[in-house]
Amino acid sequence: MTGRRVDVGGAWIDRSRPIGFTFEGRELTGFEGDTLASALLANGVDVVCRSPILGRPRGIVSAGVEESSAFVQLSEPWFEPIVAVTMVNLVDGLVATGRPGVGVLPIDPLPTKPTVHRHAHVEFLVVGSGEGWHPTVGEAVQRGDRVLLVEREPRFAAASPDGVTVLTNATALGLYDDGYAVVDERGPERDTLWHVRAGRVILATGAHERPIAFADDDRPGVMLAGAVARYIRDFGVLPGQRAVIFTTNDSTREVAQTLTDAGAEIPFVADVRLGWAVAGTEGETHVEVVHLVGPQGERRAVEADLVAVSGGCNPAAQLFRAIGGGLRYDEPLATYVPDESGPDWLEVVGAAAGIGLPPCAAYWYTPAEDLSTHFVDLQRDQTVQDVLDAVGRGLRSVEHVKRATYIGTAIDQGRTSGVLTAEIVNAALGWELGAQGPTNARPPYVPVPFSVLAGMDRGPTLLDPKRTTPIHAAHVERGAVFENVGQWLRPRYFPEFEEDMESAVARECLALRTAAGVLDASTLGKIEVVGPDAAVFLDRMYTNRMSNLAVGSIRYGFMLGLDGMVFDDGVAMRLADDRYLVTTTTGGAAAVLDRFEEWLQTEWPELRVFCTSVTEQWAVVAVGGPGARDIVASLGTDVDLAAEALPWMTWRAGTVAGVPCRVCRVSFHGELSYELHVSSWHGRHVWDAVVAAGAVPYGTEAMHVLRAEKGYVIVGQETDGTVTPDDLGMGWIVNPAKGDFVGKRSLVRTDPLRMDRKQLVALLPHDPAALVVEGAQLVGSADLPKPPVPMLGHVTSSYRSTILGRTFALAMLKDGRAMHGGTVWAASNGATIACEVASAVVYDAEDRRRDG
Amino acid sequence: MTADVRARSPLADRVAELATIGGELVPFLAQVDLRVDPAYAGLAPYPLPLEPDTAVDDGRRAALWLGPDEWLILGPPGGEAEIVGELEGAFASIDRSVVDVSANRVAIELNGPGRFDLLAHLCPLDLDPRVWTARRCAQTLLGRAQVILQERTDATGILVRPSFTDYLVDLLLAVHGAVGGVGA
Amino acid sequence: MLLVRCPWCGTRDEIEFRYGGQAGLTYPVDPEELSDEEWADYLFMRDNPKGPFRERWFHTAGCRRWFNAIRDTATHRFVATYRLDEEPPT
Repeated sequence: MTGRRVDVGGAWIDRSRPIGFTFEGRELTGFEGDTLASALLANGVDVVCRSPILGRPRGIVSAGVEESSAFVQLSEPWFEPIVAVTMVNLVDGLVATGRPGVGVLPIDPLPTKPTVHRHAHVEFLVVGSGEGWHPTVGEAVQRGDRVLLVEREPRFAAASPDGVTVLTNATALGLYDDGYAVVDERGPERDTLWHVRAGRVILATGAHERPIAFADDDRPGVMLAGAVARYIRDFGVLPGQRAVIFTTNDSTREVAQTLTDAGAEIPFVADVRLGWAVAGTEGETHVEVVHLVGPQGERRAVEADLVAVSGGCNPAAQLFRAIGGGLRYDEPLATYVPDESGPDWLEVVGAAAGIGLPPCAAYWYTPAEDLSTHFVDLQRDQTVQDVLDAVGRGLRSVEHVKRATYIGTAIDQGRTSGVLTAEIVNAALGWELGAQGPTNARPPYVPVPFSVLAGMDRGPTLLDPKRTTPIHAAHVERGAVFENVGQWLRPRYFPEFEEDMESAVARECLALRTAAGVLDASTLGKIEVVGPDAAVFLDRMYTNRMSNLAVGSIRYGFMLGLDGMVFDDGVAMRLADDRYLVTTTTGGAAAVLDRFEEWLQTEWPELRVFCTSVTEQWAVVAVGGPGARDIVASLGTDVDLAAEALPWMTWRAGTVAGVPCRVCRVSFHGELSYELHVSSWHGRHVWDAVVAAGAVPYGTEAMHVLRAEKGYVIVGQETDGTVTPDDLGMGWIVNPAKGDFVGKRSLVRTDPLRMDRKQLVALLPHDPAALVVEGAQLVGSADLPKPPVPMLGHVTSSYRSTILGRTFALAMLKDGRAMHGGTVWAASNGATIACEVASAVVYDAEDRRRDG
Repeated sequence: MTADVRARSPLADRVAELATIGGELVPFLAQVDLRVDPAYAGLAPYPLPLEPDTAVDDGRRAALWLGPDEWLILGPPGGEAEIVGELEGAFASIDRSVVDVSANRVAIELNGPGRFDLLAHLCPLDLDPRVWTARRCAQTLLGRAQVILQERTDATGILVRPSFTDYLVDLLLAVHGAVGGVGA
Repeated sequence: MLLVRCPWCGTRDEIEFRYGGQAGLTYPVDPEELSDEEWADYLFMRDNPKGPFRERWFHTAGCRRWFNAIRDTATHRFVATYRLDEEPPT
């Protein structure tokens, strides 16, 4: 006979509330308050699963987080790939099947319980409900401190004082710097992951009993003694009728009493202090006979269906160790207890500190000739022999033995195997007890599903913010196809009548070059730079001189890193003598503002200038094309749009479409262009007016093609942090007569002055319909030689040009400017495409079109 | 404010959703960013808080401390030009930067005693009433969105950039849906 | 998740900050006078002590101020944080 429900005990269960569940297809019943483990034992289930490597039948060993044997997969009412049966609170409709080894995820994602994350600030965090913290907590409550208590089990061991917040089913997953704790609170409807910042943390996590190893100690029916007592006391379940007790200490006296009170017989107590030990067990799938060995080597066999083992108690100090606390060996207790190290905000109390634990004989396994079934780590199917083999191969450190055997790496994280293994290794090396302790445990304290860690940060809208402009709704209404540009969601193209991307982009480009197009450029970073030293400051941050920019004018500039490489680009608009509006790339806005502040605060605090982000203060509607002037004029404006009154790279303030506007003659495509800067409150209004006036909306894809036709670079596409202005053929943007600016010194190092640097060129495939692949390597011959193939450069952008009626690409090519007219081959997917090397500007090289 | 029919406030189409979590949109709130050496703060036409992460609010103007030399001045919708004018006037002979940023952030008010529990799910700040009092403000994070929080007597003001508003409202709704009522 | 004491805002979570590397490196008075090796030294070479280290931090999601810190690289603990115009505590 094996486990069954009894009338005694059962403090945690409610016998008036039965719960139905399914295990391995069998419909069984338990009670509210049961764990899956106690319910399985009550139903006489011996074998829960098979061991992962050897396939041996395994049953329940413990009553808690230290379980290393009985694992299941849950499929209802929620999915969990692998979990110890002792860690599952029984709920109605639970469906479980035995799961050896590694959990498996289903192909189709299953719904998970929602999880929220929550922050909490407390003066005291108490982890666990062991003894030892009452006085400190009482004083804290008196003072009005906030005290949080988290207990892994569904119940709290002691009576909690008033003024303390208690969370049950809440496991501290880990402790981190400065009293930061992550606590996983499981609930029936949802889980909460608490991020707790505590002034002080008290660990009252108790201690875990450890086993003793002997032959076939993994047979179902071998259990930790304290767990046996717990099943009777808390769950009203008697795990066996005839129990042999195997012990090193006095804690099993109480276990024996509990067993007897529940009606079990105890045919033998094997106390190693008296020279007796369990040598092995016998039975089909469950213990039926227990073999004993005495002080003189005498043998005895006893019929029994339960072996209650107590090798000693290990303080549950994993959280303490993971944050840097150390252990020392305690000889009377024959275990490791926390030492004086660890952070000053952390205190370990009670059994977790080794207080109140029973003195123990140091006994790790029953000696035998054959140690190959003396299991030490059940979840890894590793035995005493495996440990000795590792030492025999020359390994001395427990850390190495751990990696060689995987002992301690499974779900139980070595709670029952760690001390055993360390002492077996110490003894095998002839070292003293405690010479090296168990390997460290790492967070999380127990396994935690990724869905809990993700919380609400999942799904299309919440995983990462999708930033949108004030004109976004218009794009959606228009059926735009979007792309992610950093955190922004920008229209990539606007398909009409079921166009594919290629057709839409071709149409949008043609419209811009021959009529008028409009782009939502609101995502550009914008910074107001204000103060008497604004000009001086910008001169130091940019490669070109901004101080001689006239009010009302605009200048395009580069910002370099201190290493001389292109960092960001943008235009500066002079608003007044002491005022500029600077634009940055969409993705670079935050980085540029941060760098401005860094230089001003840490290097030049004497400069009289302030920077303010206005990126979302302004919407930018960019109207371009030969018809752009007519479009803007048709909106109604008091700004003189003629080329003489508003020349290229100037701006004027006025009213457009009835709202205040800065009209800027800036072009990223070479056609006549008016960028309309308006309050973002007016962005939608102006966009709608421009589109109604006949401008064709175009997206980022067409924008890329149009700028590439003019050889305009995109920072981050043609540049990768290793490109100087001269590499791009833009040496003109560096003003040599200027004083020092960020990056200037680096431009005259020997490396930027090398002759064979990659330079920006255009590539014209010999076949005007052949589209080279972006990222393709450039090589010197049609046929690829044997590797290593000399690489001459790479393709940075590649497009079909509607206006030229052919394909083209931009590339970085070694000594590219000297190679104009020559041929290179773009290699990808095993094929090469022959291309003529040309100047980077493939369209309107004389800039004749920009004034319309 | 006089009706500017051409102006659209972000979140105008999500006002009903905001209401379900005790939130209210404050459209077109006037906001001006002032940067000036704190030694001259006394020249301002109203008190500028010098203690970090505090605000001074007289109902007509609120001044929020953003940094040792930076304040955000809030005023009624349509008031930005007036605020810019009074600040430029007060600091006329001093190095300063006065920038209208009214459209740069959207103002949301969270009402009801349950708002602190909702915020605690998204904000790493200690929002316990013992430290988060009616004068407090802070630049911080709600989820992944940078925000400015300002505590008033019976509401918490959130200032967030327009591009993050959909994300923030989606997040507030999701958390509220998972944990239950905020309570008006 | 370190707790960082911004000299203005008080203690905030590490996630609100950006680490700025070694403190006390002054931009050379005249970069033109430096050899390539000396310039590279300024650009790329940093101290890497085990123990207290003078660092810079930026409160990017808060007051957006740079400040100095002394922090123990072995224990991760902050020894002190102080404003750029203050002396490091002894």
